Amino acid sequence: MTYRWDWSVLVSEPYLGWLLAGLGWTLLVAGAAWVLALAVGVTIGVLRTLPNRAARTFGTAYVETFRNIPLLLQLFVWYFVLPELLPAPIGNWIKRDLPLPEYWTAVIGLGLFTAARVAEQTRAGIQAIGRGQAMAAAASGLTLTQSYRYILLPIAARNVLPPLTSEFLNVVKNSSLALTIGLLELTGQSRQIESATFHGIEAFTAATLTYVVLTTVVIVALRAIERLVAIPGLMARA
Amino acid sequence: MTISAVRKASPIAPASVEQPVTIEITGISKSYGALEVLNDCSMSIRKGEAVVVCGPSGSGKSTLLKCVNGLETFQSGSIVVDGVSVGDRNTDLTRLRSRIGMVFQHFELYPHLSVLENITLAQVKVLRRSKAEASEKGMALLRRVGLGDKAGCHPAQLSGGQQQRVAIARALAMDPIAMLFDEPTSALDPEMIKDVLDVMTELAGDGMTMMVVTHEMGFAHHVADRVVFMDGGRILEDAPSSVFFAQPSTERARIFLSKILRQ
Amino acid sequence: MSDFDPDLLSAVAPFLWDGLLTSFGLLLLAMAGGGLLGTLLAVMRIAGPRPIAALAAGYVNGLRSVPLIMVIFWFYLLVPLVIGRPIGAFTSALVAFVIFEAAYYAEIIRAGIQSVPKQQLAAALASGLGPLQAYRFVILPQAVRKMLPILLSQSIALFQDTSLVYVVGLHDFMTAVSVTANREGHLVEFYLFAVVIYFTLCFAASQSIQFLNRQPVSP
Repeated sequence: MTYRWDWSVLVSEPYLGWLLAGLGWTLLVAGAAWVLALAVGVTIGVLRTLPNRAARTFGTAYVETFRNIPLLLQLFVWYFVLPELLPAPIGNWIKRDLPLPEYWTAVIGLGLFTAARVAEQTRAGIQAIGRGQAMAAAASGLTLTQSYRYILLPIAARNVLPPLTSEFLNVVKNSSLALTIGLLELTGQSRQIESATFHGIEAFTAATLTYVVLTTVVIVALRAIERLVAIPGLMARA
Repeated sequence: MTISAVRKASPIAPASVEQPVTIEITGISKSYGALEVLNDCSMSIRKGEAVVVCGPSGSGKSTLLKCVNGLETFQSGSIVVDGVSVGDRNTDLTRLRSRIGMVFQHFELYPHLSVLENITLAQVKVLRRSKAEASEKGMALLRRVGLGDKAGCHPAQLSGGQQQRVAIARALAMDPIAMLFDEPTSALDPEMIKDVLDVMTELAGDGMTMMVVTHEMGFAHHVADRVVFMDGGRILEDAPSSVFFAQPSTERARIFLSKILRQ
Repeated sequence: MSDFDPDLLSAVAPFLWDGLLTSFGLLLLAMAGGGLLGTLLAVMRIAGPRPIAALAAGYVNGLRSVPLIMVIFWFYLLVPLVIGRPIGAFTSALVAFVIFEAAYYAEIIRAGIQSVPKQQLAAALASGLGPLQAYRFVILPQAVRKMLPILLSQSIALFQDTSLVYVVGLHDFMTAVSVTANREGHLVEFYLFAVVIYFTLCFAASQSIQFLNRQPVSP
């Protein structure tokens, strides 16, 4: 087999437009899923540290469920199964009238999957603080809510910044799974170009480099944030 | 800041019988499964008294101290602080805790807040003082513990001894009716212990009600009004400090004292 | 859902079973290959001269910034080109997984070794052990204990990731389920069946890891 190189395919229409649209969808899916993952994940993570058995059990059940089923299968369940299981009016609305069904399915599926991982990081970040801080907060008369709000969460937030960076990068990468339900994000578009032009290497190179650049930008940005919120006197992360 | 002198001439001393009881511990027992941590412990502390609780490690003294503000639970007995029963399900523990100061072995300053913010947080959030009032109070207390110039620092920028003095100021800022000290000098380098003990001595001299778990026998001897000796989860002795050091009544206290004083 | 014939499941069971075996085959071979390559990369990064270490670091960081699906596509395209003849989806997928997982295993192994305090090496050397002996008897035993649970967890993630060969049509368990579900027109039943199978396997595996993790260190 011989391969005919033609890098110009990347800058010719419509393929450049395809790639840019793909990048756009990648950012839109990853961004929205990340917001959902943070909101749900931090809540679940906090639940797992509360002095309340029911709350902890619920948190554990959530994490174990979403962590032990492949993301691809979770997307299929949200996309193909859920509308059938819901009451007919809602199910039909999802199937017929929900705008951008692939997009919202990808956001919800990816967001709730990532939430389980964010929850684990949040829990670890809170538990790493040690019981003494919680005791000191309680001893000074702060309520449980106040202890979390003013002491535990601000410290935990700094603890979890590095692991959350890599979770965010995971969301960007995992957004590629949206192509399996028909949302052509960056990876999907490069695959599309390959099918249309047989210039897969060029298309894949473009997509791959875009991911590398995205990753680098995120890492640099978060390092800056880490430095900004570093606690004076405590050694910065190596 | 050089009040390492003997306390005997404090304004309220001698802690006379007329003073009301601030902390009343009656028949406290606690166990984890088969492991008995506290066994029928009873003691009381009158207003203005400074009482040292000592004993070998694992004797239950820290646990007993934490029972007083409900950081540890107990299975039987009762603890009443200023007329409020700690173990009572209807007691507002949060409110009670805001009235009792506590100092921890490892300081437990909040690392993400400045020294002054450490002292003002609970004043503002619990006592609903204004920020200005809380800061003013905080600064006054920082100056009192000799750290007026450290208000803007973060805890990790201070030495252990300085951190512990901030922790004491943080507890005092709540105008507590009593102070609990849980081995306040155990985590400190020797040269820093004196600074912390000086602050505590001054506090005792001012008539603060204090329950102090410590191995500092100098403090127990010269500053405390009474010494409570614990071993194996039981209170074995409860005597005026002069009596305890001159003539411990149990063999175990004698052995403990001879070991700890030889160091 | 009501018209689901239970006999259908037994009729398609062999097909699904073959899919499951394919998933496990991918998992085990990728674990072995990825583990070997990952160890090599970790050693290159820790002990190699600067250019070698940088090369390994570039490999690890590069692979970790690209989606697995992208890597699967790459090797589905490249492997036949390099070899010069068409080759099955299994082989190209396996190559993709080995290359991809090696980057993750390498990071775990490196972190495990570097989590052992430097003083341990100093103490071992001070007692007269040679550098290799120090690693063999002091550093590695401690490092392995720390990284083993993480390596195993990563392997559970790898098992879930094998479902992504769906994008190149290799009939692993996930793809077999999907093919059957669409062919028989019972998406709900078959996908929920897959949920039960994947969850049971992965949950049991992760609980076992946690159980092993709690065991006291053997002498």
